[in-house]
Amino acid sequence: MTAAQWIGGLLVLAGIPFLLLGTLGLLRFPDVYPRLHALAKSDNVGLGLVCIGLGVQSGSLTLLLKLVLIWVLMLIASATAAGLIARTALARGLRPWGT
Amino acid sequence: MGVAGVIFDVLLALALTWLAWQATRAADLFHAVVSFIVFGLLMALAWVRLEAPDIALAEAAIGAGATGALLLSALDRLASRERRRRLLYEPGAAWGFWIPAGGALLGALTLAAWKLPAPGLGNEVRAALGVSGVEHPVTAVLLNFRALDTLLEIGVLLLAAITIWSLGRAPSPLIPAMPSPALPALGRLLFPVFVLVAAYLLWRGSHAPGGAFPAGAVLGAGAILMLLAGARPWIRSSERGPWRWILSLGLVMLLAAGIAGTLAGQAFFEYPPGTAGPLILLLEVAAGLSIALLLFALYLRGEPCEHGYRGKGR
Repeated sequence: MTAAQWIGGLLVLAGIPFLLLGTLGLLRFPDVYPRLHALAKSDNVGLGLVCIGLGVQSGSLTLLLKLVLIWVLMLIASATAAGLIARTALARGLRPWGT
Repeated sequence: MGVAGVIFDVLLALALTWLAWQATRAADLFHAVVSFIVFGLLMALAWVRLEAPDIALAEAAIGAGATGALLLSALDRLASRERRRRLLYEPGAAWGFWIPAGGALLGALTLAAWKLPAPGLGNEVRAALGVSGVEHPVTAVLLNFRALDTLLEIGVLLLAAITIWSLGRAPSPLIPAMPSPALPALGRLLFPVFVLVAAYLLWRGSHAPGGAFPAGAVLGAGAILMLLAGARPWIRSSERGPWRWILSLGLVMLLAAGIAGTLAGQAFFEYPPGTAGPLILLLEVAAGLSIALLLFALYLRGEPCEHGYRGKGR
């Protein structure tokens, strides 16, 4: 295995706990706001690490850039979607847990 | 394929079955629609595992994306009391009729798949690829060997759009009140990316997975996003009327290409020698534009009013 494959594999492995914890937060947090918090932060870091890891592993700069572009698009989409969901929940009168 | 591959496939198959059950049987329609969208995404993954990336692209873009948006907007128009579904049949009937009937259908399909001629037509397609005008076998089948099928598929889409438009006016306003200022900004920011990706998929179609259907679906999804972000659809407004012709452009061009061969004394859909490559590119562009606008037209849920979603007049 080359150095690029090692580094790529380690990056992917580093990303997996973030995705797992994000999913755990989605399942276990009490209401919509902390769940969004878990998803919009943790999953994006996890996805970024996995994308960069796969790109490094592929050994091709084009592929790496395409994967990073996918990650950036996901960042924009998930931030907007999280904002939309939270605003809609607030507008419908869902009070945050504990208030 | 290693053990990990088999475990992944089994999990995928189980998840698909469970999601199909949820999509058809969940009492809450929102739950059912979300299950259907996730089903579409996992189905795309299944097509990737079956090494059919072309179908995976179409499934993800049309099956999960465009159909999901359609179902969600349809759900939005139902009154809240209609969102809980009445069961279409008695739970007991499942054991007596539906499970045996479904089992028999599954058995028949398995038998049919088993009896399929083993290597199929793959070798014939590969042998004729040199004269097809493109390098990717799927595109060669879709736009050269079986272009008639593509013609009929676009015809079905056009018929669906005409039927929906003839059923009534698009609802006014087309979209609910703007929940967030981030959405218009997102639409403006991302629409050029949608156009770029659609053009890339179209261009890729000649030598790799891609082509008119995924490209059209991506462009249509971009248009739907713009609509949700508050853009005004000009598809029907009188000053831009001619643009509506793009709806039927794909069908007209494919039909013209098919009939031109017949008029020149060749077979239906036989392209003149040496022109297949450029002709297929032309047909792909026309079909892609049509598919994009047709998916958008379906999403409008009715014939748009003269001046967009604002209803009567400006």
